[in-house]
Amino acid sequence: MTMREAFIKTVNQALHTDPRVAVVTAVISAVNFPQDHERVVDVGIREQAMVGVAGGLALTGLRPVVHSYAPFLVERPYEQIKLDIGHQDVGAVFVSIGASYDDPVWGRTHQSPGDVALFDTLPGWEVHVPGHPEEVTPLLEEALKKDNRVYLRLSLRENAQAYPVGEGFTALRHGKRGVVLAVGPMLDRVLKAVEAENADVTVLYAATVRPFDSDGLRKAVEDTDHADVLVVEPYLEGTSSHLVSETLQQIPHRVRSTGVKRHAELRNYGTAEDHDAAHDLDVVGLGSTVRSFFRG
Amino acid sequence: MQRIPELFARMTGDEKHEWAAASTIDVLWVLYDRVLNVSPATVDDPGRDRFLLSKGHGPMAYYAVLAEKGFIDESALDGWTSWDSPLGQHPDRVLVNGVEISSGSLGHGLPIAVGTAIGQRVAGSAGRTFVLVGDGELDEGSNHEAIAVAARRGVGNLTAIVIDNESAWYGWPGGVQERFAVEGWAATTVDGRDHEAIFAALTARYDRPNVVVARTGKSS
Repeated sequence: MTMREAFIKTVNQALHTDPRVAVVTAVISAVNFPQDHERVVDVGIREQAMVGVAGGLALTGLRPVVHSYAPFLVERPYEQIKLDIGHQDVGAVFVSIGASYDDPVWGRTHQSPGDVALFDTLPGWEVHVPGHPEEVTPLLEEALKKDNRVYLRLSLRENAQAYPVGEGFTALRHGKRGVVLAVGPMLDRVLKAVEAENADVTVLYAATVRPFDSDGLRKAVEDTDHADVLVVEPYLEGTSSHLVSETLQQIPHRVRSTGVKRHAELRNYGTAEDHDAAHDLDVVGLGSTVRSFFRG
Repeated sequence: MQRIPELFARMTGDEKHEWAAASTIDVLWVLYDRVLNVSPATVDDPGRDRFLLSKGHGPMAYYAVLAEKGFIDESALDGWTSWDSPLGQHPDRVLVNGVEISSGSLGHGLPIAVGTAIGQRVAGSAGRTFVLVGDGELDEGSNHEAIAVAARRGVGNLTAIVIDNESAWYGWPGGVQERFAVEGWAATTVDGRDHEAIFAALTARYDRPNVVVARTGKSS
């Protein structure tokens, strides 16, 4: 089962059991939801209307699940997210597929490495980046129970196994030289790189990045001999840097952020693995970063 | 209605949008005086009618009507746009009693209204949604996404009011009314100063969405 399939299954079940749940789509994935259901609205290829309609549904007390491919869910209707959801002070569950570059053969139009950074410009959003399909259902079920604003970022990239999810980072490995924070599908590559480099570091896993688990990071840093933190995110590099700096503001520290590079628009097609290599997000690239950052 | 111009005049400093505000004044009065099933006591009632002011600029007429009908204290009008005032040059639903949506950026109200109307229907409510947009605002493409969606889904508890003060940049073949009618909306054009005509158009019932184009003339 893929993350997308887990999402579809969970939401369809919720449509039957929770009278608050509604689904708003713009064609993508619409076929997977019952179109004759009064709480399922497919607006056609109209992403601005998709978010506006969701805001209206939320104003009447429903819990809309808004879904599309990441650039069409987040970038195209960004002002609608800011105003029709946030500024109206209502909640919704936004669920994307496609991630940063799940299908790079489709080119730049279908890539969205800046999605989490965009949500970071708006107050009050929870952001979940699961690393395995089995992590999707518990995150989604919890989100559907609430009234807040939630972004769930699904991907075709996944780790070999699922880990318990919920707010807070999970320590999967302990060391003294520093801390690596691995977000969602980056975990397996981070663990392999750390092993390959024989690095004596703590590895934290995060499937939930907003709220940012400052206490968990601070405690992990306190248990090491060096306040050195490497952040590995599957989206725009540096997206969480400011939160790491805020967390460690009382102690001298070093931070290195990796992710999808900002410096140039990559116009190549190819595979997701090709793009990993170009952004130094493959095991080799991450190994090099681990070696240089934790040297000495 | 007699006090509305006086209340309106207490809000100064947005002369740029005064004509825009003046263009909505008659429709707003008819809505709140004779059409909407909502009062200061029922602003949170799920069965209420909802009025969404999408054309959020120049809200002086809106605030004046809300004050006259008791949703807000009229003393708030004097200090509008000041630091402590809940009344800004664009309305905020979190700050102002009875305001259904925060607006100001054009092209948002109609899609939201489609959502509230669908939500009212899902809830089994007899409540209706009314949304007011400007003809210039209709330049924004998001409106046309919503016009099509509302028609295809037969959202019969939705009424859009277009204040046509001839602000649209290019306009549409056949005019504003035709733009909605071609999608399947019930569509009527009235004199935007004629209270009886406005009332009749707003209270007509259809099993499909309804648009009332209220012509007020250029820059009025």
